[in-house]
Amino acid sequence: MRFRRRTLSIPYVLFLLVFVVAPLAVVLIYAFTNGQGRFTLENFFAFFKSSRTIATLLYSMWIAFVTTMVCLLLAYPTAYVLARGGFKKGGALLLLAVLPMWINFTLRITAVKELLDAVEGNLAYYPFLNTIIGQVYDFLPFMILPIYNVLLSLDQKVLEAGRDLGADPKRLFWQVILPMSRPGIVSGITMVFLPAMTNYVVLDMLYNSTYIMGSLIGSYFNAYDWHNGSMISAILLMIIAFFSWLEKKAGGDISDSSAARGGSLL
Amino acid sequence: MKHKKKKHILWLIFIFAFLYTPILLLGFYSFTDAAMIGQMRGFSLHNYKTLFTTPELTSMIWGTILLALVVGVLSTILGTMGAIGAFYGRRKSRHAIELMNQIPVVNADVVTGFSVCILLVVVLGVDKDTYLPLIAGQMALCTPFVYLQIMPRLTQMDPHLYEAALDLGCSPFQALMKVVVRDLMPAIGSGLFTAVTLSMDDYFITTYTKPAVFNTISTYTVNATRGSQTSVKTALWALSTVIFAVVILGVLVVNYRSSKEEEGGWSL
Repeated sequence: MRFRRRTLSIPYVLFLLVFVVAPLAVVLIYAFTNGQGRFTLENFFAFFKSSRTIATLLYSMWIAFVTTMVCLLLAYPTAYVLARGGFKKGGALLLLAVLPMWINFTLRITAVKELLDAVEGNLAYYPFLNTIIGQVYDFLPFMILPIYNVLLSLDQKVLEAGRDLGADPKRLFWQVILPMSRPGIVSGITMVFLPAMTNYVVLDMLYNSTYIMGSLIGSYFNAYDWHNGSMISAILLMIIAFFSWLEKKAGGDISDSSAARGGSLL
Repeated sequence: MKHKKKKHILWLIFIFAFLYTPILLLGFYSFTDAAMIGQMRGFSLHNYKTLFTTPELTSMIWGTILLALVVGVLSTILGTMGAIGAFYGRRKSRHAIELMNQIPVVNADVVTGFSVCILLVVVLGVDKDTYLPLIAGQMALCTPFVYLQIMPRLTQMDPHLYEAALDLGCSPFQALMKVVVRDLMPAIGSGLFTAVTLSMDDYFITTYTKPAVFNTISTYTVNATRGSQTSVKTALWALSTVIFAVVILGVLVVNYRSSKEEEGGWSL
């Protein structure tokens, strides 16, 4: 038989079907069945009826929202200065800004925890503030990278045109540069918002005992409650699908955000 | 103009202070006997001795590295083959692969880990002690990122080179290895790097799929913060400092090499 290049993808397709698609299918089946294997919407309604789970959903969204906003406020000026500040070694400085990403995140959070412990005396006083600091510390590079990329590749001619048409630097920024950096901002937001809703390890390590969506999965997992755990996963999947759709619509570049996550600078 | 530059520099100092103060302080105190940041104690290598001589810690570190290498190599092979196959395949099938490839990238790691555990462990009854769920789960996260590294490089490649190799007498497989794979080497390298870092950083997939006795740096550190063993806790400060030093060294080496190649100073 003649060798065909396209057959090379067969192992990967099988792998994706078995270890990506099938697990999610099983999760969806578990989410909508009960212990006897019958179809039910009970878990689904139970989630939206219980004030505890709804509070968890709202708290996760609130945490994720504040984290994303703080990241954006810190990351945009940083990316801007690095990309357009006229530094000769802007690339090296960018590397310095994202380098902590390669240190294991639990160790980074440990460092934050020890520092906050020393400053605050007792972490239990400021659980919300500490969570935001920890999450921002963890996710900031994911926001800096896509914004930096988009700012670096801005079309110089458009900026010149803006200047020729009489825009002062302030107006040039608000009416040209900022709108043109939207894809990077959108990518950054999706890269930060979703992990911030689910990364419960940051909360655990900083002694914030309030649950977020991820902690619910963890607690159902520990209780061997696969059906409710799957329901939380299913709800998260819907949120994720919605965000991916929104990102596409808002002009974000998914490969850009994934590049940030993979730390692919080399 | 000068005033503006000053503001820029001040802002960068602020950001870098935010990013580096915790790590550097932890590094500083890792060289003392202090059990908390802020305690003044004398210089000591005690934490480093604990780190490198406690069997529990050393086996956890080697376990993490070994797992990352296994997952990294397997993901790189699988992802590279997948990308090449998809690139030269039919448009429809490439589209389908790309769609599936995107799932673990956008999905929350908690959900990825949980779903792999549900299928393999709960439904199919695979024993976690076989390491199969752990390796498969981590590969499900890492391989899509390898794929995303390879694909752009394939798109840029000159399609005539492969044909030329065939005309010059290569078998299709030879042409693939000597032309396509050779050209992909830099992308394969960064794919491997990405997969290894993702595996080493992972907590969620690992915690849902790992054998009970096995720990990676992530799962071990999280458990250690829950416990109250001070000697282990401060030994992790030393670990953080070692990793920080390795990362800095790696970045310097890579940049030195690429700046030598291009003579253009720093490059990414």
